[in-house]
Amino acid sequence: MKAFEYAGPTTKEQAIQLLGAQWEEAEVLAGGTDLLSLMKTFGSTPKRVVDIQGIREFQGIDYISSSGLRLGALATLSELIDHPAAQSNYPSLVQAANGVRSQQIQSFGTIGGDLCQRPRCWYFRNGLGYFPKDASGQDLVRQGENQYHAILGNSGEAAFVSASSLGPPLIALGATLRVFSKDGSRELPVAEFFRTPRQESERETILKPGEIVGEIHVPAAGQVHNATYEVREKEALDWPLATASVALKLSEGKVAQARIVLGHVAPIPWNAVEAARGLKGKAIDESTAAEAGAAAVAGATPLSRNGYKVQLARVAVKRAILNAVMGGA
Amino acid sequence: MPEYRWPDRNERQVLGKRVSRLDGPDKVTGKAKYTSDVNLAGTLHAKFLRCPHAHARVTRIDTSAAESLSGVKAVRVIQGPGKEVQWSLDDIAVVAAVDEATAEDAVRRIVVEYEVLPHLVNEDDLGKAGDRTKPASEQVKGDPDQAFQDADAVVEGEYGIPVITHCCLEPHGQVIDWSGETLTAYQSTQNISGMANQFAQPLEIPAANVSIVQDHVGGGYGSKFGADSWGLETARLSRETGRPVRNFLERDAELFVAGVRPSGFARIKVGAKKDGSLTAWEAESWGTSGLSGGGISMQVLPYVINPPNVRKKHTGIATNTGPARAWRAPNHPQTCWLTFAALDDLAAKLEMDPLDFYLKNLDLTERPDLYRKQLIRAEELMGWREKWRPRGQETAGPVKQGLGLAFHTWGGRGHNSTARLVIDPDGSVSVSLGTQDIGTGTTTVIAMVAAETFGLTVNSIKVNTGRSPDYPRSGPSGGSTTVGGVCAATRRACQLALEELFEKVAPRLGAEPSELEAAGGRIRVKGKPFRSLTWKQAASRLGVTPLEVTGRNISASRRASDGKLIDSGVAGVQMAEVSVDTETGVVKMKKFVAIQDCGLIVNEKLADSQVYGSLIMGISSALTEERIMDERTGSLLNGEMEFYKLAGLGDIGELVVEMWKDAEQDARGVIGLGEPPVIAPVGAIGNAVANAIGLRVPRAPFIPRRVLAALEEKGGLYA
Ligand SMILES: Cc1cc2nc3c(=O)[nH]c(=O)nc-3n(C[C@H](O)[C@H](O)[C@H](O)COP(=O)(O)OP(=O)(O)OC[C@H]3O[C@@H](n4cnc5c(N)ncnc54)[C@H](O)[C@@H]3O)c2cc1C
Ligand code: SF4
Repeated sequence: MKAFEYAGPTTKEQAIQLLGAQWEEAEVLAGGTDLLSLMKTFGSTPKRVVDIQGIREFQGIDYISSSGLRLGALATLSELIDHPAAQSNYPSLVQAANGVRSQQIQSFGTIGGDLCQRPRCWYFRNGLGYFPKDASGQDLVRQGENQYHAILGNSGEAAFVSASSLGPPLIALGATLRVFSKDGSRELPVAEFFRTPRQESERETILKPGEIVGEIHVPAAGQVHNATYEVREKEALDWPLATASVALKLSEGKVAQARIVLGHVAPIPWNAVEAARGLKGKAIDESTAAEAGAAAVAGATPLSRNGYKVQLARVAVKRAILNAVMGGA
Repeated sequence: MPEYRWPDRNERQVLGKRVSRLDGPDKVTGKAKYTSDVNLAGTLHAKFLRCPHAHARVTRIDTSAAESLSGVKAVRVIQGPGKEVQWSLDDIAVVAAVDEATAEDAVRRIVVEYEVLPHLVNEDDLGKAGDRTKPASEQVKGDPDQAFQDADAVVEGEYGIPVITHCCLEPHGQVIDWSGETLTAYQSTQNISGMANQFAQPLEIPAANVSIVQDHVGGGYGSKFGADSWGLETARLSRETGRPVRNFLERDAELFVAGVRPSGFARIKVGAKKDGSLTAWEAESWGTSGLSGGGISMQVLPYVINPPNVRKKHTGIATNTGPARAWRAPNHPQTCWLTFAALDDLAAKLEMDPLDFYLKNLDLTERPDLYRKQLIRAEELMGWREKWRPRGQETAGPVKQGLGLAFHTWGGRGHNSTARLVIDPDGSVSVSLGTQDIGTGTTTVIAMVAAETFGLTVNSIKVNTGRSPDYPRSGPSGGSTTVGGVCAATRRACQLALEELFEKVAPRLGAEPSELEAAGGRIRVKGKPFRSLTWKQAASRLGVTPLEVTGRNISASRRASDGKLIDSGVAGVQMAEVSVDTETGVVKMKKFVAIQDCGLIVNEKLADSQVYGSLIMGISSALTEERIMDERTGSLLNGEMEFYKLAGLGDIGELVVEMWKDAEQDARGVIGLGEPPVIAPVGAIGNAVANAIGLRVPRAPFIPRRVLAALEEKGGLYA
């Protein structure tokens, strides 16, 4: 780890001041479950670390049935998992948070940190960046061990997968988030928060240096049937191989509105728009759910070793849809 | 001289009891100090510069920027210009600095230039190994060609298991304090008594000047017998700076340079008669132990079951990867899986329940009776007969259930060990051995043996271990040899001491020494319990001179008395029940049954605990554990705990452990246990997966990718 200056502001204004205009200058520290491990391997070498845990207005979870759920960026995964209104109205979100195991990570890891966590690609974590190449310019991911890499959205150079398990259900639920910077604040759909970097200087989100995610707003879920299904190699201390989060509104037993978002299969949470559209007007059963699964991965472009993830994503979508409807809202 | 033997079963007061480990409270409260907790005043921190290339020659090295950094006390070049480095993360240079961060910064300032040379880091494909192959000569027994011709059923398959690592939670390392003429090494080790010479010779100091200290170790599994090149460098830094120096490996180095288990791949052909009797075996195997080639040992392939007609050939493949070290039951887990996979496929072809197939072939093993009894008991605990269905039988739903089994063998004769026993006139008792408790409960069993012999409580015995040369020599903890060695040495010392004590107190009790016994905290006349002295009163008869004796276990000796205290050779049967989601390829453990004998069971709770730990380790290597190398860069990709996937509690299912306690095994004396139960899990689980889905997943670990590939029948070793 490179020596750094530590700052512990108590207001967002101070925090923004301290952050500076370059990534190398400062990094936001929330629970530290991701940042510290990156710093230990010199994957991140900020001159200053700005600990935002003292900013009260970014804490806590509130629920009002008419307007929905407000998640402070600093609320921990445990707080989300234990929140009764979240449990009953937003099972897709709680299921995703539950998948992030161990207990220690749930207790320390924050919701904002989950959305902003850096890629888990092992080339990236070994210090080779987003687009790892060897000395002769060969693409290490495409020529190498890409079993955990992207099967969708990989037509550009990036082939890592978005590591956030909360991104997909938040997008499926139509959530927005509020970003604070020296110019004030702006609200944007979580769906627009993630992006695929095209050069090493970009990040996997639209955040610019000096910006902080303050809170997330999830609209009232009313009659929205929602669920997340994860496929995992192991139960804890691991990220999923593929996930699907779905949110469905039914009207007279038929799908009136649907969102299907895949996780861990693309450099961003993957909004399967066509698959969702295909569900409209249909009743949910094993075969319509399976069709949606197939539609969700229709455009998949697997790499040499990750073809199996196409199958996993397909099944995750099918099972998430069935769980959402059978499991109730 | 007493007759050295264990008390009769019905007379034992302590042996065999479920005594909780004595170091348990210290460990769970954090009071236990591991070597990596040692913190001496003025300690410097060592950091190594590691080679980023799998194969390269150092052409230039410039350490000046590191040397000039404030806080840096020494910089040593380990492999300078001209040196050919054969695997990544090998040591190039080392820095000692006032703190870890400064050492790390200094390492990053060292400039090294390399001439990069060609490498090979993956060995699974024999066809791609080129000039890296080191074939051993073929071995033939009987007439395999004729036997295959005469066989009614023949199957051929390819099977494999990759390199895995020891992954000790406490990494390899040491704190070395070289002051004046003496070197004290606080070493994380499995080899207290064997360590001094490993420092003394290369450092050219008398072994008598080297002290070794360790109270607790956070895992070794066969990888911590040596002083290690980095241990010697740490010592040199301490000599150079005159200060204690601390060095513990980073996780990636721990996983890559401090010990791995060789891989094993094989093309196997097996043949049997219609009635299931196994007649023929042919295997071409390959694997790697690193640059030396190596791989699994042909001596234990086929495993446990020895068909009459055998042809086998093995090829080691030299790879540019960190060298293999002994890994808990060296060779056995790999060859057990390869063998039982092939035989399970043969049983399926014969349309036989594998349980029947093995029962039929037990005469090809060294312990047919014991395996038979253990198979029958495991069957009961698993409910095998009710649950078992032929491979591939259609069932409803995507999640399929399956059963598999495998069994194993191991030696485990007690190693050379000397115990020094002291009874003080105040009645206190201490036993000292230059052994180590590597988490197996060694100190607890030593105390139990002494307590049993003296009729005292376990807590009244003081056990001293983990120091050299302070305590008498005891062997390294490898090969499951510790429990036999320390128990026999301690028992001998205690029996000798008791004999002397009886001589001293006999006149006082008006009896012959041979009429006395030690029981219930007293020395008493046999059959006349009212004629007795408390232990303390008896000890006071020693006057002012403590009674001190030594007891020795000599492993190679065939003294009649050794035969009564220890023995070698165990069986052990394991059965796995899994469910496999055929849509996702996810394998889940449902239930695992392990039956294990180990002669006389000194402490059943600790014995169970060894088996539980082994099963979890075995389940990891069956389900997720694998070293993953990037062929292009030649580097380790999963050198972090998040990527190096070990099973957690949620992954292991129900574990049913039963120690084998019949009188016949008990009469053999103490036999080692640390290794045998880790051998069969991959075989049992792999066969359960095949039984569940009706198809063989040929290569461990059985991750979703490989299971789905097998289901699509595009499996094979490279899926
Ligand atoms: C073993 C393990 C398993 C895991 N499994 C999963 C899993 O299955 N699914 C999953 O989704 N996650 C998983 N995680 C990741 C975990 O959820 C995140 O590490 C955690 O949520 C991050 O929160 P934090 O507060 O600790 O973030 P930090 O480590 O403090 O920060 C992470 C990153 O986000 C930035 N950041 C944090 N908060 C903000 C903010 N409010 N505004 C702007 N930038 C911010 C930081 O600068 C940093 O770059 C796992 C982690 C571990 C260690
Ligand atoms: S070993 Fe387990 S308990 Fe110990 S620090 Fe690591 S995660 Fe925590």
